[in-house]
Amino acid sequence: MLSEYAFWFLSFVAVFSAAGMIFSKNPVYSVLSLIITFFAVAGHYFLLGAQFLAAVHIIVYAGAIMVLFLYVIMMLNLNKLEEEKRSLWSKSLSVAAGGILMLVLLAAVQRTDELNSIAAGEFNAAMGQTKNLGNVLYREFLLPFELASVLFLGAMVGAVYLSKKELA
Amino acid sequence: MDAMLIYKLILCVLVFVVSLAMAAYMTWGERKLAAILQDRVGPDRAGPLGLLQPVADGVKMFMKEEMLPGKSNRFLFILGPCLFMVTACMTGAVIPWGSGITINGVLYPMQITDINIGLLYLLGVVSIGVYGIMIGGWASNNKYSLLGALRASSQMISYEVAMGLSLIALVMMTGTLSLGEISRQQDAGLANVVYQPLGFLIFIICAFAETNRAPFDLPECESELVGGYHTEYSSMKLGLFLFAEYINMFISSAVMASLYWGGYNFPFQHELGLEGNTLAILQTVALFAKIVIFIFIFMWVRWTLPRFRYDQLMHLGWRVLLPLSLANIFITGIVMYLMGKLN
Repeated sequence: MLSEYAFWFLSFVAVFSAAGMIFSKNPVYSVLSLIITFFAVAGHYFLLGAQFLAAVHIIVYAGAIMVLFLYVIMMLNLNKLEEEKRSLWSKSLSVAAGGILMLVLLAAVQRTDELNSIAAGEFNAAMGQTKNLGNVLYREFLLPFELASVLFLGAMVGAVYLSKKELA
Repeated sequence: MDAMLIYKLILCVLVFVVSLAMAAYMTWGERKLAAILQDRVGPDRAGPLGLLQPVADGVKMFMKEEMLPGKSNRFLFILGPCLFMVTACMTGAVIPWGSGITINGVLYPMQITDINIGLLYLLGVVSIGVYGIMIGGWASNNKYSLLGALRASSQMISYEVAMGLSLIALVMMTGTLSLGEISRQQDAGLANVVYQPLGFLIFIICAFAETNRAPFDLPECESELVGGYHTEYSSMKLGLFLFAEYINMFISSAVMASLYWGGYNFPFQHELGLEGNTLAILQTVALFAKIVIFIFIFMWVRWTLPRFRYDQLMHLGWRVLLPLSLANIFITGIVMYLMGKLN
């Protein structure tokens, strides 16, 4: 019962802060709303028993990535958001692109029942604990996991290369 | 169960009050120690040995006029120090302050919560801590504050990496992320610092950088940035920033003591022939003795070493500590493999 209240509270916070992120005029407020959204989502993970995911979500997204976002906003001092002049053509294109993405998402949401979802009895709440997660990641899915990390390494090397202008 | 809940609430309040009291008397200790190291007397007017100085400082902070800089963002300006203080107080929740007291056959652990991701919680709260400085510094609408905030954020992110990696070697060895479990393991064996000397060295350097203490106090470097991120702050809002720094120091000393120096355990504790509760109280005293030693080291270093230059700080973080902590993980892994500790 308590977790149900927590679920509704967290969902409420997540949706409203996500909306606040989009609608606020001040970019710093947008960043702060997004951080609150991340916290609410981490709370959802916690309710589902995925403690490791919740903690890492906070450390990586709220603790590192959003700090960099805030850093960039402060550096560029985007205090007053200049209204970008965009042509009608580019505006309608972005609306179309966003609409297509929404269609894809709606189709995915609509068909979630057809996916082989786990029955309530088979759901293993202990799966999200660090030990079990580590065992699965490093035993069953070692190769995809390592490939993903190589992908990250490639992205990092690329970023360093781009920032070193004298090399290029 | 209700008794446990009430006990936990009392413990929450107790940890909060003790953190504040420790922070208050650390300001006194810092001034006295600085005075001794510089051959001065230090505070001696308020009370015997100047012991009422923290109270006088607190009253002064509250009585001072509150200034809000013009054209600053009022909400964010006030949010900054509040956020910094809240995150400073949050970390005390996972630290095991003692083994636990038994009353009427029920064990009351001296730890607010022993979640099995305690270390990750710690890293998470530390990484959130930088927002207070960043928001406060940016909202001040002052270039020195902004530079201080930018320095703070880049410094804290850089040193978090090495700090996290030095903890990974410890986690590999102990096999748990729970601070309570790590303390219990050190009861059975030796303190972790015996196995992880390099990890501890990296951790303590990172702790200095994360708490913005000298020699890494570049975010508030007065010779370059006036007062850094808190240049525009006055009255208790400044007090919160300064106070939270001392709480951070206290908590990081407690973390170092719990992770690397045996936690609440002390040598030969089971040979004394003491029964449960007396031993538990002695253990808490032992933990606080360790914490005070670390706080002393924090202050000693501050009044001994000169400040780093900013490029030296980044060099140390990325080119020295990061490779060292990776090497530490590698060596730990190899030694564990050779000793057959890996399954």
